[in-house]
Amino acid sequence: MSYLEYHAKSTPTGLRKVLHLNWGLTLLLITVSSVGFLMLYSVAGGSFSPWVEPQVKRFALGLGVMFVVAMIPIWFWRNISVVAYLGSLALLVAVELFGTVGMGAQRWIDIGFMRLQPSEVTKIALVMLLAAYYDWLPAEKTSRPLWVLLPVALILIPTALVLKQPDLGTSILLMAAGGGVMFLAGVHWAYFVAVIAAGAGLVSAVFQSRGTDWQLLKDYQFRRIDTFLDPSQDPLGAGYHITQSKIALGSGGWSGRGFMQGTQSRLNFLPEKHTDFIFTTLAEEFGFIGGVTLLSIYMLIIVFCIASAIAAKDRFSSLVIMGIAITFFLFFAVNMSMVMGLAPVVGVPLPMVSYGGSAMLVLLGAFGIVQSAHIHRPRQASR
Amino acid sequence: MKRNPKDLDAAHGKMTRRALFLGGLQLAFAGGLAARMRYLQVDQADEFRLLAEENRINIRLLPPARGQIFDRNGLIIAQNSPSYRITVVPEDAGDVESVIAKLSNLVPLDPEDLERARTEMRRSPPFLPITLADQIGWEDISKVAVNAPALPGVTPEVGLTRVYPQLGDFAHVIGYVGPVSDYDLSKMEDPEPVLMIPRFQIGKVGFEAKREDVLRGKAGAKRVEVNATGRVMRELDRREGISGADMQLTIDAELQNYVQARLGRESAAAVVIDCEDGDIRAICSSPSFDPNLFVRGISVADYRMLTEDNYRPLSNKTVQGTYPPGSTFKMITALAALENGVVGPEETVWCPGHLKVAGRRFHCWKRAGHGHVDLNTSLKRSCDVYYYDVAIKTGIDRISEMANLFGLGIKHDLPMSAVAQGITPTKEWKSSSYGKDWLIGDTANASIGQGYMLASPLQLAVMSARIATGRSVTPRLLKSLDGVEQPSGAGEPLPVSENSLRMVRRGMYSVSNDRRGTAYRSRIVPKEMEMAGKTGTSQVRNITAAERAAGVIRNEDLPWERRDHALFVCFAPYDKPKFAVAVVVEHGGGGSKAAAPVARDVMLQALYNGTPPLEAYPKADRSRIKAQQERLERERVKRPLGSRSSRA
Repeated sequence: MSYLEYHAKSTPTGLRKVLHLNWGLTLLLITVSSVGFLMLYSVAGGSFSPWVEPQVKRFALGLGVMFVVAMIPIWFWRNISVVAYLGSLALLVAVELFGTVGMGAQRWIDIGFMRLQPSEVTKIALVMLLAAYYDWLPAEKTSRPLWVLLPVALILIPTALVLKQPDLGTSILLMAAGGGVMFLAGVHWAYFVAVIAAGAGLVSAVFQSRGTDWQLLKDYQFRRIDTFLDPSQDPLGAGYHITQSKIALGSGGWSGRGFMQGTQSRLNFLPEKHTDFIFTTLAEEFGFIGGVTLLSIYMLIIVFCIASAIAAKDRFSSLVIMGIAITFFLFFAVNMSMVMGLAPVVGVPLPMVSYGGSAMLVLLGAFGIVQSAHIHRPRQASR
Repeated sequence: MKRNPKDLDAAHGKMTRRALFLGGLQLAFAGGLAARMRYLQVDQADEFRLLAEENRINIRLLPPARGQIFDRNGLIIAQNSPSYRITVVPEDAGDVESVIAKLSNLVPLDPEDLERARTEMRRSPPFLPITLADQIGWEDISKVAVNAPALPGVTPEVGLTRVYPQLGDFAHVIGYVGPVSDYDLSKMEDPEPVLMIPRFQIGKVGFEAKREDVLRGKAGAKRVEVNATGRVMRELDRREGISGADMQLTIDAELQNYVQARLGRESAAAVVIDCEDGDIRAICSSPSFDPNLFVRGISVADYRMLTEDNYRPLSNKTVQGTYPPGSTFKMITALAALENGVVGPEETVWCPGHLKVAGRRFHCWKRAGHGHVDLNTSLKRSCDVYYYDVAIKTGIDRISEMANLFGLGIKHDLPMSAVAQGITPTKEWKSSSYGKDWLIGDTANASIGQGYMLASPLQLAVMSARIATGRSVTPRLLKSLDGVEQPSGAGEPLPVSENSLRMVRRGMYSVSNDRRGTAYRSRIVPKEMEMAGKTGTSQVRNITAAERAAGVIRNEDLPWERRDHALFVCFAPYDKPKFAVAVVVEHGGGGSKAAAPVARDVMLQALYNGTPPLEAYPKADRSRIKAQQERLERERVKRPLGSRSSRA
């Protein structure tokens, strides 16, 4: 079934669309962001500046973007996915040429009122393009090699550009999200087994390359891996982040030290306490209970998305919702694994909570697409 | 594009299955994350909590206030005064050098201090205060405080430092403190952590060093919260330290001050001791030095001046210095002879001016001789031949035994540095020290306190007190510790017959009260204050036969360091002894001329507890004494307590 086959009257129009928003999802997103405001207030030592205020403004802006995107019919988003993809590639090239260097990587373009991270846009654009591709591709061709290679190329082009910035975290996220959409679209199991096997081979090759002329990763990336594997070998140097993060997290205990009582974050033992490591502050101040609560809210968002994807009867909607859900999941799963010492420090923020504009705006825009699919989903009653 | 609805349904079904599969994977991963969180936050919470506390809490020691030292009347001798220092936090100062330049326009900054501060700055994090100048006067500190807005990062700070308001008077008694050095630490087996506080002061010499154990006190501590860079955020709690114990000395600071002034620029030592309880009322070594110089660390130039001085201002001559006691030893020889029945009190010895002992001539100081000499005359006129004679009959071992009984050759237990034992030679001592047999001539030398015999001024004072009382008085310096009175030095009666003692005392009385006595000119006039004493002149060179033939060179014609030492020991009042005094003037010439007048003045000052009336002096001397008293009054420095002179 395709959206064209549904009666136009079966979907709400005009302001009635607002009533059909996925309000549960909206509330969950507001809740998660509020947790973010609370933690930013705490790490600033009980102050709205410098982080809470801009973050609230950006959230308000993002919420507006979400509503506007939600109002626009889902088929519009399908139709512009190719444009979005090409545009994001152009931005990635632009950042390579005129980007601002931050944290040892070219990641931002200054566009006046905010700094745009094109790689964030790329994540969503890639998911949209892949969803549109499989919506267009007849189901029986899905697993044919040629039709598999095309999306793989679509994934690898932006991945390569992001890796060149260099931003290992985002490139892994891009590959994982793209692979997830392909998997959902029904590409044969065997391809994934082969890719995973090849990936394992690549990892060993990467380690083999260390110290040779054809070294595949930068030195700092190797060091990150080293310290991840054994943080104690350099507790005040590169391993400092992971060690201090675990100390802060662990010292929270069951119920935490209480709001604004987290000593490790307030006393600056924690690096990047307002961005990538904000979860440790939450875990220190609200303990295991607080951490699991946030994790549950995140998982609830995923569950809402999966339910929405299954309910959507057209292929593009389902795939784009699932793709966004996977991207969102990868964000917090990688971030939490990182601060808990389960993954190397790769620079992935905690979605909706970490301080930062691009990721939040783009994610809210993406959830706008989810909302749009929800609003414009086919309805049995109108048949 | 037309599609087969069946295919689409199948594709949708497949996608749903895979979506649920992926959702399941995600849930499982989230479960794994929760389990990890549980492991870190619940199972290992205690360990991480501990690490977090270690991260955040620093323990800082609080230096204890050092015990203060007072004289017997409660006058302060060593105190802790607020010391002002100027510190700068480089981070707050911004351009440190320009701030230092501005600061040096306001207050004098020592280039040595600045150099040290710059080195410190390079080593420590920028938020830690660096000391730019230490022990700054109140006026300078005020200038800095007033100009604070123009001096970013600069703070006047207050701490405690040791101050000796009596300056040189007590330098040799209580010594001084100084900052802990690496050398000090290397000597200690397990140094207390408080010693690691930069510039913490410990006793270096003298009483300060000897009683460091009780003077130091116990350090307190405060727990502070620090951030990742070590900056102190707030104080969590503090436990105050325990101050060191206050000490009271037996010394009378007024008397001490007088004695020090009376010794003047001579290289000399004087000890005043209470005959009854052994309290040391004054114990002065001259020249002295300002101990405050050492508290902060003495400059090279000042230190060189002290060490290169011939008069050795740094040595404490009262207990460290040992001298041949000379004729002041004769009482001991006499007592040994009397007690052993070698000579009777009325028995006389013929003094022709010398005595031949084992083929060698031993001369009396009076070439013409004293004629028939009994005990009283021998002391009064200090005849040497009498003592050669009786000593040879008594034997050296008995003489030394008697000397030990009277506190010579005994190391008195005083809380001062390097208390000397002196030497009272015996036959065995000589053979074990020199590997040579004792010669009869050695006995003759020892009998008049020459040769191997060595005693410190303190020992001579103790000897006089014991002769005066017949009791084994022991010297006491510490009167009370933390308010607890220390055991008195009053001793048991000595195993010496009162008869013999009376004879010797009578002889000493004649020395300063008989017209022919060697110290008659230094007598005390009032009957109830009359003094008994003994002069001593001890050679520091051998007089050769050739020189003797040509006529002994007069002391005044010799270079200073080859002149005789002048000694005088005494006690008074004769009827009821109160104080004993010993004075040694290094290379001062004759005891009667150089030492006796000093001892008499000191004794009078002690007896009258202040400036004595002129009537206490012989009539002929009164005008001279009056001038001397006025001069000393001017010279006795009256200093306001807590004043600083060390940086002047």
